[in-house]
Parts: sequence; C-alpha cells; structure tokens
Amino acid sequence: MGNRCAVIGVGQTHYTTKRRDVSMAGLVREAALRALEDAELTFRDIDAVVIGKAPDLFEGVMMPEAYLADALGAAGKPVTRVHTAGSVGGSTALVGASLIQGGVHDRVLVVAYEKQSESNATWALSTHLPFTASLVVGAGGYFAPHIREYVRRSGAPAHIGALVAVKDRRNALKNPYAHLRIPGIDRAMVESTPMLWEPIRYLETCPSSDGACALVLASERAATGRPAWVHGTAMRSEPIFRAGRDTVNPRAGQDCAADVYRQAGITDPRREIDVAEVYVPFSWYEPMWLENLGFADLTEGWKLTESGATALDGDIPWNASGGVLSSNPIGASGLIRFAEAALQVRGLAGEHQVAGARTALGHAYGGGAQFFAMWIVGADKP
Amino acid sequence: MPSDLSARHILEFPGGYTRTTGPVIGRFLTELRDGRIVGVRTADGRTLVPPLEYDPHTGDPVTGEYVQVGPAGTVAEWTWVTAPRAAHPLDRPFAWAMIRLDGADTALVHAVDTGHPKAIRAGLRVWPRWRAERVGQITDIECFVPEVTMIVSPVRTEYTVTPGRALTRFLEGVRDGILLGGRCATCDKVYLPYRISCPECGSPIEEERQVSDTGTVTTFAINNLPDPRAPEVPFVSAYILLDGADTPMIALVGGVPAHEVRQGMRVRAVWVPEAERTLSMTNITWFAPTGEPDAELEA
Repeated sequence: MGNRCAVIGVGQTHYTTKRRDVSMAGLVREAALRALEDAELTFRDIDAVVIGKAPDLFEGVMMPEAYLADALGAAGKPVTRVHTAGSVGGSTALVGASLIQGGVHDRVLVVAYEKQSESNATWALSTHLPFTASLVVGAGGYFAPHIREYVRRSGAPAHIGALVAVKDRRNALKNPYAHLRIPGIDRAMVESTPMLWEPIRYLETCPSSDGACALVLASERAATGRPAWVHGTAMRSEPIFRAGRDTVNPRAGQDCAADVYRQAGITDPRREIDVAEVYVPFSWYEPMWLENLGFADLTEGWKLTESGATALDGDIPWNASGGVLSSNPIGASGLIRFAEAALQVRGLAGEHQVAGARTALGHAYGGGAQFFAMWIVGADKP
Repeated sequence: MPSDLSARHILEFPGGYTRTTGPVIGRFLTELRDGRIVGVRTADGRTLVPPLEYDPHTGDPVTGEYVQVGPAGTVAEWTWVTAPRAAHPLDRPFAWAMIRLDGADTALVHAVDTGHPKAIRAGLRVWPRWRAERVGQITDIECFVPEVTMIVSPVRTEYTVTPGRALTRFLEGVRDGILLGGRCATCDKVYLPYRISCPECGSPIEEERQVSDTGTVTTFAINNLPDPRAPEVPFVSAYILLDGADTPMIALVGGVPAHEVRQGMRVRAVWVPEAERTLSMTNITWFAPTGEPDAELEA
C-alpha cells in the first residue's frame, strides 16, 4: 500500500438545489478553503491538486480543471483531473492518496464538485446517440430494473426502500451540510409519493444538488492535528456489456471490497467497521450494497435494514450523514462519503457522530454500477 | 329631476407648477443629472437618501456634508403594479420598492423592473438604469433593475456520427429483419448487438451468429416519466435476453398493459412492415408477449 497517508483537513459547502450566489470557481474555493482551514494550512503549503467531477456535459464546461486550477491555488503545481462517473469523488480521493502513498508529495488538496443547477443531469445522461435505441431515461430509468431483480431474488418486502429513505433523511436532519431536510418524514410520507421508475418512488431517489467537498491529505511526516489514517484503498471497474454480468451484485464491487478489506485487515466488515458511508442514490441500494460489500449474506441485506442495524443507533450505522439520498452534487457525492468516513474516525462528525467510531468505510460507485472506489480510514495509524 | 347633462373639465396650470428645490434637494437633483446619487449627513452621522434640509427625527438642520451612495441598493419592501398607469415610469408590470442604497440609512422609493413578481423579493440587489438624457429629475433613473447574477452560455457541438463496422453490420441485419450477434470463440458467449471484440477477454470476434427475435424479459422498469420515444406513459423498458444471445438488450415492451409485464415473460419483436425498414432499430416497434408460459428465472 506504500507510505502512510492521513486526512488532515475536510471542507464542505452547504448542499442545496441552486447555489446562485457563487460561480463554479467560488464553489470549489469555498470547500477548499474550509479544508485548508481545518488543516491549518494555506494554498502555499499544498504540493499538488487533484480535481474530480462527473461528466463535463453536466455544466457544459469542457476540461474544467484548466479553468479551476488557479482558483485552487495550483499555479505552478501539478493538477490532475479524475473522472469515473458517479464514483469520481471516491476515485479522486484515491488518486490524491496514491500521490502521498507513492512518496511523490507530502500534502495534496483533493476537490470534487458539481453545480447541477447549471443544466439538467437527466438530459446530460440521456443524449441518445444515433443508430441506437436505448430507452433508458436518466439514472433512475437505468437502475430501476436492477432493483426489481434484487427484490425478486431476495424476496424483500416492498417497504424496505421506504425504510432507507426515512432513515437517511432523519440522519440528514443532524447534518448541517445536508441538502434535503424533511422534518417529520416517515414511511407513509415516502409511500405517498409517486412511482417515477417503478419500483422507485420519488422520495426514494436522491436530490439534485450544487456543492463541493475537499480534503487535505498528508504524508506521515506532514500529518498534524487529529488525522484519519488511510488503512486501505481500492478501485475496480468492469465492462458494462460483459455476458453474464450480475448487475444486482456486481463482481467489481465484490472484488473492490475484498481488496480494501484485505489491506485493512478486515475479515468481518459488519463487526470490524464502526460506520460506513456508502453510495446509496436510490434507497434500495442499501440492502443491495449490504450484500455486495459483505455486511450481509446474499438475499439477507434487507433484513439488516429492517432490523434497524444500519440506523444511527444500530450496530453498523450506514450513512450517518444522510448519504447521497440527502445530498447529491454528483461529482462530489463520492468524496463526501470518503470525507464523512474521515470525520467519523476523527470524532468531528458533530451531531451525527457515531460514538467511539475508530474504523470507517467510504464507498462510491458509478456508471452502470461498473466503477467502484473504496477506502477504509481509522483513528489509529495502520 | 335628474339630468344627463355633463361636461369634461381640466384643471392644469399652463406649463406646469414650478418647485424651487432649495439647496439640499437641488444638490441631489444636480448630482442625479450627472449620474450620481448623493445623500446628506445628519448631525448624528446618518445619511439621508434622498436628502432633506432637516433631520426628520429631530428637526435639526442637516450638516451640509454630501456623501455619494449606491449606485446599487437592496430592496427592503415592495408592491407589485399589475396594470401601470400612464404616468408610471414603466409601461409594463413592475414593482414599487423601498430601496436602501449602499451607504444610505434611509430608503428611496423607485420602480424596479423585474418582469415578473416572482423575481422580486426583499433583499434583492438592484442597480439604477440611467436615462441617456438627464435633466435633474428623479426620473433620470428610469428604474432599478436586478443585479446580474447569471448568464446563459449556449454550448453546441455538432458531430457526424458513423456507426462503425460492427454496428453497421448489425443494422444491415435489422433492415433485413434479422438480429445478428457476435460469438467469442474463447468465451463461448454470443454478444448482441454484433461486435468485433469481446468485452470479457478482448479477443477479436469473427463469428456472426443470428439470434432469435423471441426472448425472455429478465427485468424491467415501469417508467412514469414521459419520453418522446415511448408511445404513452407508463411505458415498460425491459432487459430482454433473446434466445441464442448471452447479453440482454434494452427495449420497449408493448401490446400489454404495463402492470401485466412480468419477469420471465416470453416476448417477440414486432417489426414494422418490410417496405418501411431502414438501417435503424426503429424497425422494431417493441416486443410483445408471445403467450408462451413464462420462462424459469435463475434463483
């Protein structure tokens, strides 16, 4: 895994539908400056900057890294752009971490963002090239059939998705940065909202957000304050058109989890991980990923959700921050998972802190569930 | 006894009344004529805009110190004028607003042109729109308009898209009413549509393999959001594993109510008449149930 790497600064913007008061440069600076403040550093102390975001078509700014480099204090420094669809926030953190682990740099600023309000993601994801006749409309249209297949295989009762939607939004009420804040949300409210892409209801989907997230990563000798130590990092992808590809339980996700657990010495994730921030953009993906990530046996994930194990007061809280279901600046959504995992083991998660969290998982996925990025962070040095 | 007798009578002083401005308001209007807005300081240090000769709270004279304010300000209160009158500054709906200019301690009444009542609110930042010809009247400012907070940036790229060798071959088949897959000899898998390399092992695919136009719905979504390519809402987009293929295709299921579609349902392509077929997937209208018993699904 290389040299030790620590998270010494975390910065987030308040996620919301439209940040009409800032430019894209202003938005990323807001997160970056908060992360630097947390690390008690300035742009001058940073060796390299890694920028991540989802497709350029979302804002129509091509190669935004070229535009944003000087806004992030990167003049004269290496700048890298990462893009792995929805998992990009996670991959961006991992590219930044690799620069530390490889001994190239001592302090790396990692920033990911999306300003979804500048256009419409469903439009950008449904461009309908000539000669094909794909009938997929947006991310929900793509993922709904795989959720249906999960429900069939697992025999999960229909209300499980609503339970996740309620749990994550209740957690969001404890997170000052969260976008969706729905006081009094309950199962009846979720179940009263219309089916958009059956079996996905309106309140079982993530919002569309503007926002940015930033991390300052440091080598062991540059680590200061109360760091979160990186115990494992892994990325995997798989071809979307592979024959026999299991879209419910993707092999790339299983392999990625196995790799990151091996590095961190984890053999029983449910027992050994204290809190997980997992990319759940549609509520049913919680039970699906509980199985894919080895927290539950196949077809048993929904039972964990139903039992309350993944709630903030459960034995393995998932998405204490409110998760992607509550805040979704797409390009940043993965990095927020990684950042929240770091905040938990630093004991700095505020009202949604899981008491005594020492080991946390950050997870992101993207594309047609074909890109995965994960890290394990801990309060102790690996 | 009532009478219908009536007459129009106009009372208007010929040429209009004059208003001697006095030194304070005169200064304000003179500055306006030059495109500046000034206020006057009171003895306790507040800035009155528009200026007065006296502090309205105490009656004391103001200081004689003039301060340039604005030109931008913030809307404090507003009311919407749906039907402007002839004497109003704008001939379209607008807001009257109390505007506190930057640096002022009092608000100025003026018109704000936002186009729509939803676009005005307390706290809105506004700037004056000056008339080109100014005479020293409050109407030298035509109205206030919102600050620029957003621009539209049209981006358009135009491509010439060619389908490539493999997809062309597949579409030729579709034109002729057949569905062509490609078989990877190494993996023994049949990919649909036809392709020339295997996504699993990377080997070249050399064998064309015709697959059936019947298959099994493996899973599906019922879409309640309209789409121009679907005839109605709700519509079913399904993964269909055609007989003889190892990869599913995503297609519309029709000829059956959306909520009667099932995983495992057997379906067949519904082709447009031969004479209408082109090099396009639109040759298949949708897949409709065959009426066969449902296929067994993997556990």
